[in-house]
Amino acid sequence: MAEPIIQFQEVSMSFGPKIILDKVSFNVYAGETLAVIGPSGCGKSTVLKLLIGLLTPDSGRIIIKGHNVCDFTEDEWNELRKDMGMVFQYSALFDFLDVGENVAFGLRQHTTKSDKEIHEIVTRMLDMVGLPGTEKSYPAVLSGGMKKRVSLARAIALEPDIVLYDEPTAGLDPIMANIISELILNTKATLGVTSLLVTHDMASAFMAADKIAMLNAGHIEAMGTVEQIKKSSNHLVQQFIRGELFVEKKRKECASGECEK
Amino acid sequence: MDKNFTLLCEYVGKFIIKACASTGKIVNLFLETCHRLREANVAETVRQMAKLGTDSLPIVVVTTMCTGMVLAVQTAKEFVRFGAANSVGGIVAIAMGRELAPVLAGVVVAGRIGAAIAAEIGTMKVTEQIDALRVMATNPISYLVVPRFIAIVLMLPILIIFANVVGSVGGWIVATNYADISSYAYIDSIRVFTEPWDLVGGMIKGGFFGAIIAIVGCHKGLGAQQGAEGVGIATTASVVLSIILIFVTNYFLSVILFVQGG
Repeated sequence: MAEPIIQFQEVSMSFGPKIILDKVSFNVYAGETLAVIGPSGCGKSTVLKLLIGLLTPDSGRIIIKGHNVCDFTEDEWNELRKDMGMVFQYSALFDFLDVGENVAFGLRQHTTKSDKEIHEIVTRMLDMVGLPGTEKSYPAVLSGGMKKRVSLARAIALEPDIVLYDEPTAGLDPIMANIISELILNTKATLGVTSLLVTHDMASAFMAADKIAMLNAGHIEAMGTVEQIKKSSNHLVQQFIRGELFVEKKRKECASGECEK
Repeated sequence: MDKNFTLLCEYVGKFIIKACASTGKIVNLFLETCHRLREANVAETVRQMAKLGTDSLPIVVVTTMCTGMVLAVQTAKEFVRFGAANSVGGIVAIAMGRELAPVLAGVVVAGRIGAAIAAEIGTMKVTEQIDALRVMATNPISYLVVPRFIAIVLMLPILIIFANVVGSVGGWIVATNYADISSYAYIDSIRVFTEPWDLVGGMIKGGFFGAIIAIVGCHKGLGAQQGAEGVGIATTASVVLSIILIFVTNYFLSVILFVQGG
């Protein structure tokens, strides 16, 4: 079997006394889409931030494309990041640039392509995400779903090998969530990217992922193909899929006035 | 008593540690900005310079003209009474050139531009746009801090030239209309009393003040936390710290440039 493109090896991470990840390990192979699911606050987004170098783990190894990135300097990270794209939970579009310039940002920063070539790529990317003709619009006038799609277009404009998605369907209506999930599939089919999708939207995970890992209380509760996860005998996985996980606990907390604000 | 003393020591200790940490971060940001000066995006730097100039010029002009007028009001009649009417222009010009123009322009730019920088970068921080820059292999210091640093360091001395001219004109208007000092006497006293170094020294101060405003504004913006409230705190802190540092630095620069140097 080929070497995994992403390897998480016994990675631990804590913020102060709170342990977020406790010796978490998983692999992602080239061209594969792994969905990381789990309840809010379980460390899903932390996994993504560790993978893109926004956080450094307390212990363990993270190997991306054969490089142990735990000791990378910012300049070394920047070289690697040119092969990676990320779709942020709240899109994180540059509000001082229009849509076209947002999508063109990486191309202008890291390539010597002419304005004409960049314009062609931007047009192609916006067509691909279903937003033709929006180049001159500013992020402030876009809907949540449109922002997510522009964010995806920006993430794939440099045709990266790895794309990371942080809650791409959060806050969207079911139709738009479906469209985004289809786009994730299309991106994989068109560009052959390896993807890591962090979500708590089970429909999106089942639709877009090849494999699913469920994160809970700092460790991987279960991992397998979509079918294996659907049929998992782990009661926590089944409860999460059915939306029942922690419901009783939350109800009790709220009844006793300790409900999370 | 002992408990209160312990609490006081704890408070003072925490304050000193926090101040040292903040100073260290500001110095680090300054050094990294200097290290990355050659990575400056020329187009963005020019855009920042144009924005800084047009945003600040009107308020700098109004502030320094009024100050020049007040200076003439306070000095002109007294000087005439003591037979020193021929000194008013020089006094106004020297005060403006050495101290008032650089300090007032610095304070105005700290309030106008320093606050805008802290708010703009702070908003980018809390909306993950700084993270997005890093994810897109772009160093936020090269992309955001360096152009603003160069723009303010270059533009503040130019604003100070305007401030000097306008302040002296304000003094002239008052001196000629309020104290019946002739235009010739006012202008001639400027020629007799002032030296080019009075203007150049003030402009050098402006360069230092510009560096303070840019680095403090960017530092506070990059450290903004907790949403809109965090951006507000960063903006206020940027203005307060910039103004304090401008006044402290001004004392030492005055000693170096005009007492020891002059």
